[in-house]
Amino acid sequence: MSITPQIEPLAKIKSKRMIKLLTSGKRLDGRGLLDYRKIEIKNGVIEKAEGSALVSLGETKVLVGVKIETGSPYPDLPNQGALTVNAEFVPLAHRYFEPGPPDENSIELARIVDRGIRESGAINMESLVIIPGRLVDVVFVDIYILNHDGNLIDASGIAAISALLNSKLPVYRVNESGEAEKTEEYNPLPIRDCPIPVTLAKINDKIVLDPSLDEENTASAKLTMTFTKDGKICAIQKSGIGTFTLQEVIEAQKIAREKANEIRKNFFREWI
Amino acid sequence: MVTVQKLINEEGLRVDGRRLDELRPIRMEVGLLANADGSAYIEHGKNKIIVAVYGPKEAQPKHVSLHDRAVVRCRYHMAPFSTDERKSPAPSRREIEISKVVREALEPVIFTEYFPRSMIDIFIEVLQSDGGSRCAAITASSLALADAGIPLRDLVVGCAVGKVEGKLVLDPSDIEDKLGEADMPIAFIPVLGKISLLQMDGMFTEEEFIKALNMAKEACMKIYALQKQTLKEKYLQVEKEVRESLTLKE
Repeated sequence: MSITPQIEPLAKIKSKRMIKLLTSGKRLDGRGLLDYRKIEIKNGVIEKAEGSALVSLGETKVLVGVKIETGSPYPDLPNQGALTVNAEFVPLAHRYFEPGPPDENSIELARIVDRGIRESGAINMESLVIIPGRLVDVVFVDIYILNHDGNLIDASGIAAISALLNSKLPVYRVNESGEAEKTEEYNPLPIRDCPIPVTLAKINDKIVLDPSLDEENTASAKLTMTFTKDGKICAIQKSGIGTFTLQEVIEAQKIAREKANEIRKNFFREWI
Repeated sequence: MVTVQKLINEEGLRVDGRRLDELRPIRMEVGLLANADGSAYIEHGKNKIIVAVYGPKEAQPKHVSLHDRAVVRCRYHMAPFSTDERKSPAPSRREIEISKVVREALEPVIFTEYFPRSMIDIFIEVLQSDGGSRCAAITASSLALADAGIPLRDLVVGCAVGKVEGKLVLDPSDIEDKLGEADMPIAFIPVLGKISLLQMDGMFTEEEFIKALNMAKEACMKIYALQKQTLKEKYLQVEKEVRESLTLKE
């Protein structure tokens, strides 16, 4: 069951200053309304994983590990590999986070990242079949939040696609008796697109890009849009109790599209 | 195996005979559950959804309450028999996400600040699902809130736009959602002109996205008229019953 969350109140002096600054087009950390924080991507940080990436977005830190195992295909998609995205809000990332099964926020985060990867067709699922209808590669994308300072969706989405782009796919050989045997060889995981999520928050009718945690706690709503390499929208999610006008949504879409292209240009140059 | 099926025929009609911009038949009812403070039922295509609202009431457990407003709890749940294959009654990840986005779609219209430290419960049971169930659930939930007499800024209306064989289709059914290329559910608050739920999965160009938003908004206005009609009918019925009882006394 979903319940109105209790949001830690921001010191009045801080929220007043945030709102005052916004009216003059500035933010608490010195950014302009449409400035993104510094992105850093480190690939291959976990050797035992088939792929991994550590992404920092300002103080937000997200680690994504990709494990690839074999399993049965989905009954309705017998000739496709499978993808599972999971997010863990580990308690070391923030005092809000408590150990336990995933709550609605981590489920929502995982599902937004999942939609971006799945709907863009980023992974060539048809090439992950070992024995048609029986055995396929299952790609597990595990999102690990290490430090929470807002905008977990973008950090996780960027980390997920980075990790997938540097993932290796174990090669299986089917022997005479029809059994699959793992070989020592690896191929790169076949990737066809580079979906990038971009999140905006609405604070007092002002739209800011890449909200920090303080901004998220003050914002009435957030909007995340994920763009493919051709600039198509492949996933959208509005979250939070607030609302957007039609005009704001169309405006936000333009801002997000531009930013997604810029991120792709800076970090995923081969995907323009 | 799924057989290749054409979802739009030569005349531009869909599998169920609808035009591209046509809604499925919608029927609504309010006040059908005696125990709930407010209730509503909607049939939207083959979707059959029942919603009960309890509250405002004392927040339980107390530590979840907020000092300046009511908290809203929302549970979107699908009956095990609501789908083609039996759905486990345990809440799935999908249902947990939908409970959250539906709550966030409804909260903006509720005057929660009138009821500090209290709680409003919204229980949604999908008895049969047919694509676009979260939208129909939102439409019905706002009726149930109104039926409970909870002060609202407006009703909330849900409707989806999909993409099938490269064409935008209004209010996609189950099969259009499954085999189609995109699905974008939205919730609209007509009086405020605001969008309180927006999700999408699939593939839209910028142009399609803007067109789809406007299609969904227009459809929401049609459903909104039906919603208001449903509420009015209930009170006209009450009026009729009162009048009848008065004439009996004479």
